[in-house]
Amino acid sequence: MSNLNYQEKIPNNIDLSNDLSLQRALEHWQPKFKTWWNDMGPDGFQSYDVYLRTAVSVDAAGWASYGKVKMPEYRWGIFLADQVKDKKIHFGDNIGKPVWQQVPGDYRSVLRRLIVTQGDTEPASVEQQRMLGKTCPSLFDLRNLFQVNVEEGRHLWAMVYLLHAYFGRDGREEAESLLERNSGDQDNPRILGTFNEPISDWVSFFMFTYFTDRDGKYQLKSLAESSFDPLARTCQFMLTEEAHHMQVGESGVTRMIERTLEKMKELKTDSIDNIRNAGAIDLVTIQKYINFWFSSSLDLFGSEISTNAATAFANGLKGRPDEFRYNDHSEKNTLFDIEAFENGKIINKKVPMRNAMNEITRQAYVDDCNIGIKRWNRLIKKYGYEEYSLALPSTKFRRNIGIWANLPISPKGEFINKELYNKKLASWLPSENDKKFISSLMIQELNPGKTASWIAKPRRGINNQEIDFDYVDLN
Amino acid sequence: MKNEMVTFDRDPNSYKHWELLIENNRATIFLDVAEKEGIRPGYELKLNSYDLGVDIELYDIIQRIRFEQPQVKVVVITSKQEKNFSAGANIYMLGMSEHSWKVNFCKFTNETRNGFEDSSNSGSLKFIAAVNGICAGGGYEVALACDEILLIDDRSSTVSLPEVPLLGVLPGTGGLTRLTDKRKVRKDLADIFCTNADGVRGKKALDWNLVDHIAPPSKFDSLIDERVSFLENKVKLRNGSIGITLNNIRRTITEEKINYETISCILNKEIRVAEIRIHGPKENEIITINKLEEKGSEFWVLKFVRELDDLILMLRANELETGVLTIRSEGSSTVLQKLTNLLDENKDNWLVNEIIGFMRRTFSRLDVSSRTIFTIVDNNSCFAGFLSELLFCADRTYMINNALLNENKSGPFISLSKLNFKSLEMVNGQTRLQTRFNNDDIKLSKLHDLCDKNLNAEEAFDHELITVIPDDLDWNDEIRLSIEERASFSPDALTGLEANLRFPGKESCETKIFGRLSAWQNWIFNRPNASSDEGALKLFGSGSKAKFDNKRV
Repeated sequence: MSNLNYQEKIPNNIDLSNDLSLQRALEHWQPKFKTWWNDMGPDGFQSYDVYLRTAVSVDAAGWASYGKVKMPEYRWGIFLADQVKDKKIHFGDNIGKPVWQQVPGDYRSVLRRLIVTQGDTEPASVEQQRMLGKTCPSLFDLRNLFQVNVEEGRHLWAMVYLLHAYFGRDGREEAESLLERNSGDQDNPRILGTFNEPISDWVSFFMFTYFTDRDGKYQLKSLAESSFDPLARTCQFMLTEEAHHMQVGESGVTRMIERTLEKMKELKTDSIDNIRNAGAIDLVTIQKYINFWFSSSLDLFGSEISTNAATAFANGLKGRPDEFRYNDHSEKNTLFDIEAFENGKIINKKVPMRNAMNEITRQAYVDDCNIGIKRWNRLIKKYGYEEYSLALPSTKFRRNIGIWANLPISPKGEFINKELYNKKLASWLPSENDKKFISSLMIQELNPGKTASWIAKPRRGINNQEIDFDYVDLN
Repeated sequence: MKNEMVTFDRDPNSYKHWELLIENNRATIFLDVAEKEGIRPGYELKLNSYDLGVDIELYDIIQRIRFEQPQVKVVVITSKQEKNFSAGANIYMLGMSEHSWKVNFCKFTNETRNGFEDSSNSGSLKFIAAVNGICAGGGYEVALACDEILLIDDRSSTVSLPEVPLLGVLPGTGGLTRLTDKRKVRKDLADIFCTNADGVRGKKALDWNLVDHIAPPSKFDSLIDERVSFLENKVKLRNGSIGITLNNIRRTITEEKINYETISCILNKEIRVAEIRIHGPKENEIITINKLEEKGSEFWVLKFVRELDDLILMLRANELETGVLTIRSEGSSTVLQKLTNLLDENKDNWLVNEIIGFMRRTFSRLDVSSRTIFTIVDNNSCFAGFLSELLFCADRTYMINNALLNENKSGPFISLSKLNFKSLEMVNGQTRLQTRFNNDDIKLSKLHDLCDKNLNAEEAFDHELITVIPDDLDWNDEIRLSIEERASFSPDALTGLEANLRFPGKESCETKIFGRLSAWQNWIFNRPNASSDEGALKLFGSGSKAKFDNKRV
């Protein structure tokens, strides 16, 4: 690879052509990445041309350059948002000191852990989604899936770049481990539990991109505040791509609901059986999927009261999403009101603000999730079904981490007795029957312009192309 | 506010933090710490972190396995919590505890760990740490005390000793010493390991000898099976079939007294002395070996050791200002000699082996207790058989000399037993007599010839077994003066003096651990860099960085 034109092969704005040590690290890693992509990336379609967006630079013109490409030949690049001159640390105990261009020795292992944990989720989601091509509802959706996949791949590259460039040998070992762990593998699972569940149907895929990728967005927003400038700038650029993934989720769910409402109106019915017989997904079932994916994504933020979160904030490693919106950026002796569960009762108590950073981020996330919910309810109302509405379950519902872990709390946030909870849980989440029904709808649709029964056609195509454009060239 | 009294006896039906599963030759104990059940208020035991309460249960469980489940050869310690073995000692508990509490906690914890090794080395239980998740600090120190450490290789589980980088203290409850002395981890690798808060996983942990075996999750259970089968063949004396039941200890406590059936203890708070008196066994306590299992925990020797063990722990935890322990006895030397010979002649019996092991560990507790110990041989005493070992645990021994009264015709007498020469080794691996006489073999062999011979004060003094033999008329005053003088010294200086003098000569892994725990760890615990309001231990969890006084001392 030594005589390669790096800029051509690996688009970047880190001067890769002149960085020998980084070249050496990447030369070693890249073949492993390719093998991983072939083994664990999308099943099938690898030899077809897909209409994909590639980032070739960070400016408005360059971050979205479209063209048909075979996925294994996708040009995964390395981009950081532009450097701001004389940037200062803007939160925690070191406010006003210059941001770090190198990793400070005392934070090396913590930063490495943050980057590895973030990096691990990127390839994990590609693995979780690898079978979805077999059941895509349209070529348009198939292309969107692959766009999400290659960009998660690029996000992996972004994290690997940081590990290679700033963390020496340990960083290189961690970068390899990112390819050795695999989603759902009993012996080498991905680090976070949620990322080991397969995503076997498209309803789950849309929910995942809406809810779980949005957790990713908030993690990236926190890291985009970091005093370790290369990390901050990497994450800032990743956020532009992450926004697209959530867009895939939101429009996917919207189109599902839209098809359901069309069928309800057409058949003048709100009976679950009638809707299902017409090949659409009833709103009750959609609510169950929301309950499932929202609650499992909440755990990713960690415990409400966390020492790790306090340390990361105080040391300037990880800020709050949109830190500029807050008045106090030190929060040294400030307190935060939190609900807690003590001696069998829900109580309000004050905890040090710094220890509550996970909860603060989670609350911002919940507000963000609610925006889509409002839009969907507006749509439902537009179709005249005002008695129906979708809602996020309580943040206390079905938690496995933190204050509310393993407590019998309903989606409305009410304590109920354990037996009742266990009995009703199945009715709040997709049942085996629901899953069987959803799976029966998952039939591959590869005709350009055609769309499966359970989801409305998209409103517009990608990059001003027609809706029936062959986004994946099957010839 | 006075803290509630700590007790160390536990009812196996009310464990809060551990689960026990017995399968044939194997006992698996699962750590699953109840977060809200700390032994004191003010902290939560998250992530399988432990406090004294968790350790007391561990001690009780192991003790019951030893006596109640004689078919068990291997103990597997593992965690019930997913991906998390143990986060080690609870930091908030350490941060808010007074110094004496920390020291007592660390000491007890390490004694339990030494107990694993003691059993393993004496034909009793072998131990396996099946590390099935993240294992940090004290969690890894527990594993280090086991015969083998098995680490799950799921690419995220690590072993680590993060005390230095995270807390500004040492992995001082055996961690450092066992790393280099027991596991022979190279010193520079140990340096990296102990300064990296993230720890080491999988193959690297194996390469560095931080663990003995690794296996992926799907093969971890079969690895445990394989290692259990391997180790159970090395166990020599777990050949019993019916265990005994450890009955509840019968104890009464008042403001001035802690009384048991074989021991009473008067707490003389004015002069800060605990006056311990052993009530020797009666003739009818002598039994034959085939009655031993039937007699169970009512067998006098076992009952006595259990009571002494409990008393030492109670005094250490609850009577902080008691500076001197005086140990006296009363009863028949002959009965003690007979009971001791029963033990000595049946060392291959599993229960005898366990009783001797328990006695060895209990006497060792005295050696590392930071209290002055005076053993006082007055009229009617019975320091014979194994009880004579208490003469040598002491910092000083006093024996009344009735030569001028009646030529010592009616005693008191002491006598040595074979157990003084083997089986009751201190943590330095030597007997108290070897330690006392700096391994002078000629002297020791002469003493061996005196086994079971009654020695009066003058004889005992001539054989250098007794420190001072005041005449009968001076006796009471001599004892009183010695105690009063002792009480006037600095408690800290005495702790240091005694800890030095009790372990002359050769060191072992255990003596190094205790020595360094008392000196280095306690020094660091007390320094502002750890425990001031801006120290690392105090600030842990707040997010703020410790402010260090950077002068190296």
